[in-house]
Amino acid sequence: MNASAGIKGMTSKELTRRILAKEDLFILDVRNENDYNDWRIEGERIVSLNIPYFELLDGVDNALEQIPANMKLLVVCAKEGSSMFVAEQIADAGRTNVHYLEGGMKSWSEHLEPVFIGELQDGGAVYQFLRLGKGCLSYMIVSGGEAAVIDAARMTDRYMAFAQARGITIKHVLDTHLHADHISGGRQLAERTGAAYWLPPKDAEEVTFAYEKLEDGRDITVGRAVIRIQPVYSPGHTIGSTSFVVDAQYLLTGDILFIESIGRPDLAGRAEDWVGDLRDTLYDKYKELSPELLVLPAHYGKMSELGEGGKVMARLSDLYRHNPGLNLQEEEAFRRAVTENLPPQPNAYEEIRQANMGKIKPTEEEQREMETGPNRCAVHDQ
Amino acid sequence: MQADIIVDTKGMACPMPIVRAKKALDTMTPGQVMEVLSTDKGSVNDLQAWVKQIKQELIQHEVEDGVYKFYVRKL
Repeated sequence: MNASAGIKGMTSKELTRRILAKEDLFILDVRNENDYNDWRIEGERIVSLNIPYFELLDGVDNALEQIPANMKLLVVCAKEGSSMFVAEQIADAGRTNVHYLEGGMKSWSEHLEPVFIGELQDGGAVYQFLRLGKGCLSYMIVSGGEAAVIDAARMTDRYMAFAQARGITIKHVLDTHLHADHISGGRQLAERTGAAYWLPPKDAEEVTFAYEKLEDGRDITVGRAVIRIQPVYSPGHTIGSTSFVVDAQYLLTGDILFIESIGRPDLAGRAEDWVGDLRDTLYDKYKELSPELLVLPAHYGKMSELGEGGKVMARLSDLYRHNPGLNLQEEEAFRRAVTENLPPQPNAYEEIRQANMGKIKPTEEEQREMETGPNRCAVHDQ
Repeated sequence: MQADIIVDTKGMACPMPIVRAKKALDTMTPGQVMEVLSTDKGSVNDLQAWVKQIKQELIQHEVEDGVYKFYVRKL
């Protein structure tokens, strides 16, 4: 290998910025075909091509024919080594503007990008932490030097560094439900910051640790400005799923309601039982809330759900008009939509639930492995 | 299983296990069996896909104490 070839590393952070800025980028993904088909980097202006690195051991001519010479090229693999190997050959063949993804898909799946969502009435702000590599969204509500973090990913350093840089103390950590698609960082973040960890009691019956109970009417206050986080019991995706109304402006829906889809009720093996709960939540309970609320979900499934600057957000009244999952008037059609032809279940979802309950304690490497792939928490994802 | 050639890639990351295996395979005669040892978990799917792509025969693969073993016959 010629290590001096003219290739440059691109970090996951830089890639995120480019995707959000809708810049043109050609991606050559050199992982095997199954991994690529299961999960890959997407973006509005991204063109991607899959040729496994082991088909390029004797030369990259086949790839060169398919890569436009005038586009910035990013070579991607699982970790990094194979993408450097291929990128160097491409650069040696005379191409310029050749990059490889630093840390590969492993690092891509772990990058969190904070996006400013909006201000609160009495000062303070809401930030959405975008995990483009998995389609997961978490939140930090900031007011008066205090913060609440909701649906934290396991990369807890990111939230702590963000808070520290702004002189903010994390006081509360909340999970809308027991997650099945990713390892929650909630408990660890609470332990590291001394914050209270809140969970819906109905999802937490089997957890092995102490927690504060999220219950209807038990408001949580963040900062001097009294930003009320009002829990709304909203079962469906899980029996305990709880939404939050923040500052009478925002509705954090967890995995119940997304921008272009709705939550799936089958990840705890109880689809048929929970269909009715999901329908009640979406068609009755949310209807009683202000239609002006801005919905902030815990996931997105398609890149089209990302708005300006990467914000994943929509007004509740707009979702009642445009979200297909909120427009199935017949109960039977709704039942079929959320129980039949569902996408494959997320990788290792049962083990992830066990880990989030504290019943198993996987190593960091095992946690990474368990989280591989897309989230698939919505009924329409792929 | 008796292998004619052993390719030890323990401790190596992608793409080296397959680079080494390919080099060894190029020196083999039809009918010979190669045993590839790897500690890289990613090599499990990749090696299977590679053997399929080059139309050779993966006789079996197993894992023992964190070491993945692949037996490939040159056709």
